[in-house]
Amino acid sequence: MYYNVFGEKVSRKRYKEMVNAAKNRRELITAGLTSRRDLMKLGLLTAGGMLVAKSGLSARAYGQQQAIPPSGSNQVCLPGNQPASPTTRSFVDPLPIMPVTAQTPLSSLKPAPTICPNTAAGEVRAACHQAPELNPSVFPFPPPRIYQMHQQAVSVRQSPDLPAQTVWGFNDGTHGTITPGPTYQANYGTPQLTRNINALPPLTQNGGFGMPSVTTHLHNAHNPSESDGNPCDFYGIGNFCDQYYPNVLAGFSSTNPPNGDINESLSTLWYHDHRVDFTSQNTYKGLLGFYCLFNEFDTGNEETGFHLPSFPQFDIPLVFADKVYDSESALLAFDLFTLDGIIGDKFLVNGKIQPFFQVEPRRYRFRLLDSGPSRFYSYFLTELNNLSAVNPFWVIANDGNLLPNPVEVSTVRIGPAERVDIIIDFSQYAGKTIYLENRLLQINGQGPVPTPPFTAPHFGTQVECSNASGTVLSDILPAGAGNLLLQFQVSSKAVADNSVNPATNPSFYALPSTSAAPRIIRTFKFDRLNGQWSVNGQFMDCNDFRFTVSQNSSEQWVLTNLTGDWTHPIHIHLEEHQILSRNGLPPTLAIEKSRKDVVEVHPNERVQLFFRFRDWVGKYPIHCHNVIHEDHAMMALWHIVANGGDNINVP
Amino acid sequence: MQDLSRRTLFSLAAAAPRSRAFASGQGASAASADAVRTKARRRIQEQHLPNVPLISHEGKEVLFYNDLVRDKIVTVNFFYSKCDEICPMVMANLVKVQKLLGEQVGRQIFMYSITLKPEQDTLDVVRIYRTALGAAPGWTFFTGKTEDIDKIRKGIGFTYPEPAIDRDTSQHIGNVRYGNEPLMLWAACPGQAHTKWVAESFEWMVHPELNRIQKS
Repeated sequence: MYYNVFGEKVSRKRYKEMVNAAKNRRELITAGLTSRRDLMKLGLLTAGGMLVAKSGLSARAYGQQQAIPPSGSNQVCLPGNQPASPTTRSFVDPLPIMPVTAQTPLSSLKPAPTICPNTAAGEVRAACHQAPELNPSVFPFPPPRIYQMHQQAVSVRQSPDLPAQTVWGFNDGTHGTITPGPTYQANYGTPQLTRNINALPPLTQNGGFGMPSVTTHLHNAHNPSESDGNPCDFYGIGNFCDQYYPNVLAGFSSTNPPNGDINESLSTLWYHDHRVDFTSQNTYKGLLGFYCLFNEFDTGNEETGFHLPSFPQFDIPLVFADKVYDSESALLAFDLFTLDGIIGDKFLVNGKIQPFFQVEPRRYRFRLLDSGPSRFYSYFLTELNNLSAVNPFWVIANDGNLLPNPVEVSTVRIGPAERVDIIIDFSQYAGKTIYLENRLLQINGQGPVPTPPFTAPHFGTQVECSNASGTVLSDILPAGAGNLLLQFQVSSKAVADNSVNPATNPSFYALPSTSAAPRIIRTFKFDRLNGQWSVNGQFMDCNDFRFTVSQNSSEQWVLTNLTGDWTHPIHIHLEEHQILSRNGLPPTLAIEKSRKDVVEVHPNERVQLFFRFRDWVGKYPIHCHNVIHEDHAMMALWHIVANGGDNINVP
Repeated sequence: MQDLSRRTLFSLAAAAPRSRAFASGQGASAASADAVRTKARRRIQEQHLPNVPLISHEGKEVLFYNDLVRDKIVTVNFFYSKCDEICPMVMANLVKVQKLLGEQVGRQIFMYSITLKPEQDTLDVVRIYRTALGAAPGWTFFTGKTEDIDKIRKGIGFTYPEPAIDRDTSQHIGNVRYGNEPLMLWAACPGQAHTKWVAESFEWMVHPELNRIQKS
């Protein structure tokens, strides 16, 4: 059976033509013939968009007649004239729910963990654990919870229509090796230690991509540097790193002693590989998972605290990933040779392509994570038999941080590494089937198709997803014409729901004050210099600390995007920020009045951020989280020292 | 060249005993892993490493994949002799990188620079340019046919999404592609990155198993 880019059956002959067309297309591009006009001039393309005889553009060129794929096809235009992934059926696999990470007895850690790195035994860690050295009664060693994760290869089925794939995942000793890895259920006030062991297969078995050299970052944790999972500390097969997670509120030894600022509570974090220059390959291959952090308000129990839907039954982490499969072998493919970004044509949720999820007619909390590599999402709820309906839902957290109050929306957008926690009330859909749909149009690593005032004139001829008349499509596709990601099958049987109704406008955490005078204002310019991704005209170098922050000081960071057509999701480790302004104006989106750890810096935009760098010392990076850009040096290393710091305002 | 592959495998083997202590025998069987590997390697060649002819500064005719890349650890970047913005900085940096890497270049690591303007950069021009630069043995310069060179450039991903910019040679990509072809390990770094860091990055291709920590 052979299929075209829209999942329609085609003959073997037609399929061969398509494959040849992809090859011919490369040659045409080499000859500088990229636009439809060029091709029509040469008679290679008819007005109807059909290609003449042997010749061809990519298989996708045929698709230009039908710019908007039929609903549910889960096929989009791939950049770079890659052949489309093999066709897969939608909504035949149930949504995988990652199990809660199992603790392990201290005695199973051999050798026993040590405060200072046990280098002789193969531990690779940059420094002794700061927390137990700072206060052993609050941060005991060893801590009360111990985990051991073997990072290993595992064979998985990502769709019933694709062969088994060898990917990389995490093994907590109880649930086998899985990807996404098991979800940590962590609690403020209970420190924990994870031994991350590199048990990956040698390079000769990597199947075409992936570097078996790792460092595991806990994204947005208020963690000491040596346990942060810094990109410049990495280790090969057979080595390990003990990472001490204090699970402590920011400010505990600075602005808000002794317990920290409750209004800085974090809830949805994630862990992922961060090996410098190879992060994109390793996370794409599966090295990621969730870390949910609870406290006395965000309890994981809908009967207590803020009464948010109970974890894990009605509180569901969802990680989104777009991937490409080889058109011949149907094996997971990764473009090792792109500098721009990777856009897949298959959408996975929790490791399965387009799964379904059976839900009760009640409120659920979903923790949405965009794991990249480069795609942005605009999530909508879609009823396929009522496309004109607007189906609102509630955003309760931005980047895992509960907002002051829930915000009702009809859509929410996130970019790579960003998270939103949402509440969907399925009681209004009892007995129905609805979809979580991505309606954001993105055709390459530049980010979503620019909308005014960011429209780039060249897009008219360049966009392969443009329709037959060459008109650029809107960045938001019509309902049902985007990527259906997840199908909700809503039961008709009424059930109990003791979770808070967001419509009653409950209050969560107040926003911490941003009025502290910054010790220094630093400027970061993100640019592309002859193809080289850069921060302030310089490039990532693990040996080079670009600037020094004084411990427990406030700073203002101004991020400027000098790349005209690109959106960069910029992530800063250790501390969260608040957005003071975008191009001089306070953020207009209600959900941006929040604490964040990733900020989308849009084309030609200048974003002003408020920071306080507290409690810990050591090194951290600032980087673009389009992981292809990150892996090509769009990162800078800096560090925090006690009673010091420099005054370099353009680091 | 065989020698190099063995060396790389040796270094991997050195890390293996400890990994056995941790691994629990997961993953595909060795035979199917080999099949996957062969297929993946062929796809990378087909899609990214065209086997097109080039002429070396020594006047030798070679094929890009068969003669320059296959079974080797390589670095590839582009230049042209009259380029007065990006190239002088990148090329001067690579001279220093080569010095840092010392005898590894030409034995384990093969450095390649290819002109983007072969019509100007004839064999003589390339040879003179290379000598003036001070490149040592193990770093080979190439000219060839424009269309072949463009296939290599596009194959290794040194392109812009905007066609107008992509055609503008003065804005050409200043990165250096580096890789270990038999291990299918590929990455790229800015040609203007700090010399020591560029050299360290290239060395990952020889010693991918190395550990690293950065003291603060």
